[in-house]
Amino acid sequence: MIIDQLIWIPILTGLVVLILGEKRTNLSYLLSLLISSAIFFLSVYMYLLFDNTLASYQFELKVPWIDRFNINYHLGIDGISLPLIMLTTFLSPIVIYTAKTSLKNKMHQYIASFLILEGMMIGVFSSLDAFLFYVFWEAMLIPMFLIIGIWGGKNRIYATVKFFLYTFLGSVFMLVAIIYLYMKTGSYMISDFYEVSLSLNQQILIFLGFLFAFAVKIPMWPVHTWLPDAHVEAPTGGSVILAAILLKMGGYGFLRFSLPITPDASLFMAPIMITLSLIAIIYIGLVALAQTDMKKLIAYSSISHMGFVTLGSFVFFIQSGSMDLNTINLAISGAMIQMISHGLISAALFLSIGVMYDRLHTRNIEEYGGIVTKMPKFSVLMVFFALSNAALPGTSGFVGELTVILATFKVNIYIALLSALTLIIGAAYTLWMIKRVIFGAVTNEKINSQPDMKLIEAIPLSLIAFLILLIGVWPKPLTDTMNETILSLSYLVGG
Amino acid sequence: MLFNLSLIALIAPLFTGVLAGFIGKKIGKIFTNGVTILGVLISLIISIYILILILGNPELVFNQNAYTWLSIGSYKLSIGLLIDNLTVSMMIVVNFVSLMVHIYTIGYMHKDPGYHRFFCYISLFTFAMLSLVMSNNFLQLFFGWEAVGVMSYLLIGFWYTKESAIKANFKAFIINRIGDMFLILGIALLFSIFGTLDYEHIFNNTESITSNTVKLSSSFEISSLTLACLLLFGGAMGKSAQMPLHVWLPDSMEGPTPISALIHAATMVTAGVFMLARMSPLFELSTTALSFVLIIGSITAISTGLLGLVQYDIKRVIAYSTLSQLGYMVVAAGVSAYSASLFHLMTHAFFKALLFLAAGSVIVALHHEQDIRKMGGLKSKLPITYITSLIGSLALIGFPGFSGFFSKDALIEAVSHSSVYASEFAYYCVLIGVLITSLYTFRLFFLVFHGQLKDENIKVKEPQLSILIPLILLAIPSMLIGWPTIGPLVFNDFFANSIMQPSSNDIFGYEFTDSYHFLTHSLSGPVVYIAIFGIFVSYFLYILKTDIPEKLSTAFNPFYKLLINKYYFDYLYENVFARLFNNLGNSLWSKGDIKIIDNFIVNGTAYRVGRLSSRVRELQSGYIYHYALMMVLGLALFLAWVVFKSSGLVL
Repeated sequence: MIIDQLIWIPILTGLVVLILGEKRTNLSYLLSLLISSAIFFLSVYMYLLFDNTLASYQFELKVPWIDRFNINYHLGIDGISLPLIMLTTFLSPIVIYTAKTSLKNKMHQYIASFLILEGMMIGVFSSLDAFLFYVFWEAMLIPMFLIIGIWGGKNRIYATVKFFLYTFLGSVFMLVAIIYLYMKTGSYMISDFYEVSLSLNQQILIFLGFLFAFAVKIPMWPVHTWLPDAHVEAPTGGSVILAAILLKMGGYGFLRFSLPITPDASLFMAPIMITLSLIAIIYIGLVALAQTDMKKLIAYSSISHMGFVTLGSFVFFIQSGSMDLNTINLAISGAMIQMISHGLISAALFLSIGVMYDRLHTRNIEEYGGIVTKMPKFSVLMVFFALSNAALPGTSGFVGELTVILATFKVNIYIALLSALTLIIGAAYTLWMIKRVIFGAVTNEKINSQPDMKLIEAIPLSLIAFLILLIGVWPKPLTDTMNETILSLSYLVGG
Repeated sequence: MLFNLSLIALIAPLFTGVLAGFIGKKIGKIFTNGVTILGVLISLIISIYILILILGNPELVFNQNAYTWLSIGSYKLSIGLLIDNLTVSMMIVVNFVSLMVHIYTIGYMHKDPGYHRFFCYISLFTFAMLSLVMSNNFLQLFFGWEAVGVMSYLLIGFWYTKESAIKANFKAFIINRIGDMFLILGIALLFSIFGTLDYEHIFNNTESITSNTVKLSSSFEISSLTLACLLLFGGAMGKSAQMPLHVWLPDSMEGPTPISALIHAATMVTAGVFMLARMSPLFELSTTALSFVLIIGSITAISTGLLGLVQYDIKRVIAYSTLSQLGYMVVAAGVSAYSASLFHLMTHAFFKALLFLAAGSVIVALHHEQDIRKMGGLKSKLPITYITSLIGSLALIGFPGFSGFFSKDALIEAVSHSSVYASEFAYYCVLIGVLITSLYTFRLFFLVFHGQLKDENIKVKEPQLSILIPLILLAIPSMLIGWPTIGPLVFNDFFANSIMQPSSNDIFGYEFTDSYHFLTHSLSGPVVYIAIFGIFVSYFLYILKTDIPEKLSTAFNPFYKLLINKYYFDYLYENVFARLFNNLGNSLWSKGDIKIIDNFIVNGTAYRVGRLSSRVRELQSGYIYHYALMMVLGLALFLAWVVFKSSGLVL
């Protein structure tokens, strides 16, 4: 029941906001903020009720939906989906909250889009029925499409079409894979898919079907170029949700579908997946170094960081000898931690860029410099987020990368070495941006007249900073939530 | 009880640093410096108290986890404290120098608008450094390791509008990150073997893995221990600025002088040396790693010392001296004389912090002039700075009786008795290094304090008390600390519970009785004479015949150019490596992402689909014979396929 509320209350609120119309924008704003915050506390309540010691689905709800095809409205969460849902419910009110400072026209529609999007994202993370999952997965595109297409920058139409075509094309293949699995099992229940026996060739085809969808979403090289374009054109809130949550659906998909349904194919494809992950970490990291647009830089940084998610999800397959459950467990946990951490850090960075963009209306790094002289408080947070992005110990950014590197080293020393290069490359592109944007002498006249961050801008950033620090200093509560689920997943994969 | 006390010692600087950072500006300068000094003072007093307790009752040494940081499956990573003699000694050194620097800063930074920020940073740095040395596991070591790096980054770039400062701090962070990458890989290797990162567990089980190997290729295997040591040492090379990762340290002088004393001389840069001592149970099992450590240390000791001879910036001369002395400490670790290495770390912390702070005093007195060519004759104008500088300089060159003498002489003694591969090379390096040290130290000293006053009009007077008190307080141990401590620390078993090293007889080949006999024993060796000879040479070159250095530099021009250009390391890093990666990033982006993926594949596909569809439109011409032709062609193709397929030729 509780998940049901998490999904539908935001969506209904979104509809109400649309009905209230433009004239009552202020009311809508308050209402949305209230409801989305309440949703966050509801998810916290769910977290408190959640039993860490169980690997099975909890808060399950199963209602027949389309009997003829045995499709159920089937919801439930486990240790993998819970942190991602909490990430969603945490960031959604923040995005709605910041709408007021950065947006002028049709704000009620903007807010409504995010509310509807929130519900659908939670739906994606909690669907236990593959068909339902697919419905949420596709429906989610619509609000995101509108957010970029209506409130985006100059080149938004190109970016929107690119975003839509990529993700839509990817998910069509996933639909084929899901239908095939339905034909094999007579059920759309994801956990039923885990038990079906498939030949290696069948597994590979299914794996590829899912791969198209997930690789585009995460995104993996070479299907990543939609992301920088989408980020550059998207409004701040859109970028935040895109980077923080939408990308995670790819990683979630690998853990929920690819690994447990097609373990043999995953094993078969692992060398390719690992290679692509390393390309993401190194190649994309170097590309980030070359960026002149702050949002593009962070977008590339996101792709590079997501390389650790895919690396963690596949690296254990190439262990010599039998697969060690502990290593699988460690690697997948690392991937999960990296997802949550990146969700927070990228959100914070995009919000920070938004704070600067609202003042100077440019994202071009060259036009910045010396921000710290006029905005010292803001700069403290910005530098903190940058250091988190560079995986500083004590911030969440470090935990995921450390865990993945530890697991990778157990598998292969050279892959570990290559992935550890991120310590240098990640620090280089992030801090170089900081050097050019935050530090230095003021060269752009406009900066001199800018006020420091206002309290209303500081609140969301400080909240995220607190969580980044908390997870960095004490990640145990997070991993405790996931442990049992990931352990049972490890059995499915390596058993 | 001791655990809680240690915890307070650790947290106090963190707490006060945060206070200073958040509310210092609102309350006032006295609050800021008062509260941060209090934090460090508490920590120092507790450290001394623990030392006294431990000396009285060695049983009190403890190793305890504070909390579980992360637990995944059967793996557990914890945060905890290991308090033994090594830890306590480091705590005292760190806190003492930090306290001096805190007091000094009151005077040095009193006009700076970033006053509160500065106190916040140095307190947080103290916390980071303490968490590094108090750690009982590799994870927390890495935490502290990177945290001190960040504080160093923020402090080098303290004057953030200065382009040279923010260039230097970026460089320092990236070069340190190269070392950190090796460190984390070394940690990962140990984790892959032991499944834990606890010192105790790992150090107690090293024997069991001596035969473990890591396969680097199908035909090449390396001992796991050796590889782990080499990787860990990679981290030490970054933080302790060993060649070729030393380039960041001279540039770090862009930061305010107090932090040059605290971070870039006394504490942070010695973290690598501390780590070598802490990891001695590992390094002792790999002579390959020890030889590597020895060679790197020797090269650093001699080559960076030479660079100090041609520098004109007062702080940079001392910075190169620091590099060279760090080389000495690493050399000592390379010959398994960890106690001597640590002893040199401690004496060096005192006299080098003293020299930096004295340099800061000169800089303040001369209204922020740092070029030693514009100095001279300050002896009578700055008497206290002069005397303390002299003490620091004598300690640095190892003048008999001064602290540096005891530590350096013991260290060289150990090198001369070592039989590790490359120890002979190392011996000559450190011996020549003694002369070089003496030369650059007294070149600086004479040029700054003796000779003629360059500008008579400028008003020069001793800076305020808060600057002078730390100088005096640091001068005392710089002069005297060697006498009571060398016996227990270097020759006896003070470090026995924390460091694994051969017996002192094996290391030094010499029976130690007391400090006085150590001194007389040293007088029979060459080291002290070389050092004193160096003073005379400097006096001759820089006071009597001041035109000779210039003639020398023209006579040996290629060599001089090499030194002036710092062996072209900066050139190599900036113009070759940095440029290479930048260009690589640019071309990957413009060629790979934009040209190939976006323009050719993505938009190209869209374009081709568009063109194809217009062609297809043409096909639908409406003429029957077009359709008929197509059908015949299609049929022919289909038949051809069937024929080939059945004959097994293609597909």
